[in-house]
Amino acid sequence: MSNQVTHPYIPNSVPAVREQMLAAVGAADIEEFYADIPASLRVQGSLNLPAPFLAEAELERHVSSLLNKNTSTRETLSFLGAGTYNHYVPAVVDEVISRSEFLTAYAGEPYEDHGRFQALFEYQSMMAELLNMDVVNVPTYDGMQAAATALAMAGRITGRRGIVLVSDANPDALSKVSDYVRSFMDLSIVPSINGTADLQAAALAIGADTAALWIQTPSFHGALEDQGEQLARLAHDAGALVVVGTDPIAYGALAPPADWGADIVCGDIQSLGIHQWFGGGRGGFIAVHDDPTFVLEMPSRLFGLESTDVEGEYGFGDVAWDRTSFALREEGKEWVGTAAALWGIAAGVYLASMGPTGMAELGETLLARTAYAAQKLAGVDGVQLCDSALHLREFAIDFSNAALSSTEAVAALRVRGIEPGVVLPGNCLLVCVTEQITAADIDTLAATLTAVLKEN
Amino acid sequence: MALPVAPKPVLRRFHQARWDEKIIFELSTPGERGILVQQSEPAATEALALREDRLAPLRRTAAPVLPELAQMRVVRHYLRLSQENLGADFNIDIGQGTCTMKYSPKINETLIGTPKLMDLHPLQDEASIQGVLEIFWRMEQLLAEISGMARVSLQTQGGSAAIWANIAMIRAYHESNGDGQVRDEVITTIFSHPSNAACAKAAGYKVITLMPDADGYPDIDALRAAVSPRTAALMITNPEDTGIYNAKIREFVDIVHEAGGLAAYDQANANGILGITRASDAGFDLCHFNLHKTFSTPHASGGPGAGASCVSEKLVPFLPGPTIDKVAEKFVINRDHPQSVGVVAPFYGVAPNVVRAYAWIMALGADGLRQAAETAVLNNNYLLAKVLEIPGASAPYAEGKRRIEQVRYSWQELFEDTGVSSEEIGIRMSDFGMHYWTSHHPYLVPQPFTLEPTESYSKAEIDEYVAVLAHVAGEARSNPEIVRTAPHNQTVHHIHHDDLDDPARWAISWRAYQRKYPSN
Repeated sequence: MSNQVTHPYIPNSVPAVREQMLAAVGAADIEEFYADIPASLRVQGSLNLPAPFLAEAELERHVSSLLNKNTSTRETLSFLGAGTYNHYVPAVVDEVISRSEFLTAYAGEPYEDHGRFQALFEYQSMMAELLNMDVVNVPTYDGMQAAATALAMAGRITGRRGIVLVSDANPDALSKVSDYVRSFMDLSIVPSINGTADLQAAALAIGADTAALWIQTPSFHGALEDQGEQLARLAHDAGALVVVGTDPIAYGALAPPADWGADIVCGDIQSLGIHQWFGGGRGGFIAVHDDPTFVLEMPSRLFGLESTDVEGEYGFGDVAWDRTSFALREEGKEWVGTAAALWGIAAGVYLASMGPTGMAELGETLLARTAYAAQKLAGVDGVQLCDSALHLREFAIDFSNAALSSTEAVAALRVRGIEPGVVLPGNCLLVCVTEQITAADIDTLAATLTAVLKEN
Repeated sequence: MALPVAPKPVLRRFHQARWDEKIIFELSTPGERGILVQQSEPAATEALALREDRLAPLRRTAAPVLPELAQMRVVRHYLRLSQENLGADFNIDIGQGTCTMKYSPKINETLIGTPKLMDLHPLQDEASIQGVLEIFWRMEQLLAEISGMARVSLQTQGGSAAIWANIAMIRAYHESNGDGQVRDEVITTIFSHPSNAACAKAAGYKVITLMPDADGYPDIDALRAAVSPRTAALMITNPEDTGIYNAKIREFVDIVHEAGGLAAYDQANANGILGITRASDAGFDLCHFNLHKTFSTPHASGGPGAGASCVSEKLVPFLPGPTIDKVAEKFVINRDHPQSVGVVAPFYGVAPNVVRAYAWIMALGADGLRQAAETAVLNNNYLLAKVLEIPGASAPYAEGKRRIEQVRYSWQELFEDTGVSSEEIGIRMSDFGMHYWTSHHPYLVPQPFTLEPTESYSKAEIDEYVAVLAHVAGEARSNPEIVRTAPHNQTVHHIHHDDLDDPARWAISWRAYQRKYPSN
């Protein structure tokens, strides 16, 4: 044996047990099990890794000391968004998803893992209500993947190559989508006007080879698209599908995209009860109507309700399993693997806790505080709003006429304990306001920004 | 009855929780609230009123039909559902072969549960995130050493996503050499995870799948026949899901390299070879690990996991961005990678899982990793010997050979004797609180089941699993009806399947169910 420590994670590291097991299989030593690995491929000696912290207390001290170097968004006043949002996570959500029955489970059958099937079916169902569509997937990785897949689905359904993006999309999402679909589809971008789609230019860009009109609302800059119906008509008249990327957070107050003609709706669920996790708490949803032409193009798992041998008993199972790459390998729809199920359960608990009233009130709070923040920051000397669209949660401000550049302003405000936003090209700043930011916090930002601009 | 009462019978009289719980919509009482939310201030409400002209047409007219439940009712509902779910913490989870169901240490949950990780924003001032950046950077160094590769991206959220990142890099690499158009084929093997084939296809490649030879090894002659100037890459697992280590792996890689292709190593099955052999030793250009398998992060009911894409020097320019670099003793986020395939997932990766996996490696060190691998392999070969003692069970291919960390077994003989299928055996296993997995299609091994004991289960637990397996196999002969009508001790009884494949009848949400099956 290479090590004499009996490790708490490795019960059969007890020497006597190992000897017993080796004897039971007639092996002289462990090396015998590796006989098939040629000597030339064997690691000589030990891996060159740092010394371990064998005592749990030492490990705790080491990792905590590293994490303690961080300053969290609770310790500053954070207006950071751009894909990861500081929404409140109800305690109930964390309680449920830290239960080890859910946390440590994986891919059991719908008998011994009935609970996760029901919790995810309910997640699908609550998202379906919020989005006013009948079919929502078990979460994929994130909204970028969801958008890439939604657009690829549109390509397969229409047999066309063209994607026409008419909104300001998150540059990272654009990077992901472009590389994901480029073997089969071509992306063209119609620049927005004053925050929302340029209807006339969109009409010219949509043609006989357009598979999808891609709308982001709210856009990367938080602008809400209010020409959805006209855009959808343009697309549908040309035989194209309408793919809408969105955030579900405000659909208690706002009409969901299906109401104005969206065929496929996709986005992130991080806002629905998932912590920021340094940008790593993400799940993606794809929603469609209950039409097999669409449903059978979805790569993700879909859990469906079923009957059992007992009356009134709910069973669950995989819907249309034979479309997946698990069943058909490369003949399946794209690919599927371990993605973000636990975040789906979290989002379900969140929606169940919020209910229709909570989601409606939250939507109003977000819209109101965003409007207030835009009003206040537009009143800071030298600062202007980048567009006049209606915004949800985020908006961009322009520093061209200010005493500091947006980058300099960020540096000056950080010294004062404020993360004012994400710097954008063109001397702009993307400011994010969630329900965690009060009007008083917004006043603080505006006053501090005014002060630092005056000092320079 | 009176004492003495010990000992217990050999087989556990298990019964899964059965709450007969309604769908959450059925629990709704209009007006109940689960949580109250922040209300906007008058000044904010007034600011919004000024935008009402633009807002009014966007307003929702009918409220979403979400359930309305008081908070404790939400808790009770979901905790009942959790009890109806068999986490790895509760069972001897060696039946979900290929999944590496190992112990996820509790200290790692404690470590991640701090605002200094949960409440970090990815675009904060770099000075305020030096600790987490250092952990990402250190984790990359650890995995580079474990794989022997030059650099590592931790951006993806699972193994299949890491495979996608690898195929995206392969595509970019060939394009940069000017033969992206010509190299349009990817070769894989039938016992490699289906995502290797599926991701290659989604990236635009034609897929060639090698079948095993008579001994269960990927057929090297078939590989020689398959490679050509059109070969972009070989994407292969080793050991494959059979648990057989392919000793000719270096030759496989060399054959592909001679044809100008790249070789990508799916290391989902790395648990038995940590510190024993490395991707670089066999000449691979890329590999990936699943942090939720080999490196202990909890499987989370199906994610989030975390993937690590590891590459050799020549693929480094194509890594997904951004990277986390160390410059003059500071950790920095570097977005300046002109040849990068771009962003494959948001920001830097699944931070909680990177921290958990880092803590797991640092709890073990080089000797501990090797001890984990060796013990996983010992456990597997011990299990193999015990399973083969059960009449009707077999381990096809490579007879008499030792296996690495798992085995794909077959009940073909039992099926021929009794008509009881592997799937039915699996459902009956759940009656004893055990998972059991037939694993991936196609069923090249007839009546398959795949067991992977990892290093986490004790000899006594492995013996218990085998005792249940032997008991159920015995039932298939003595009382096949009890197996066929299983489950008996589960949350629900036998589930029907016919509605799940029929668009007119399937119900993928409660609203769709209500529409299709209106109550009288």
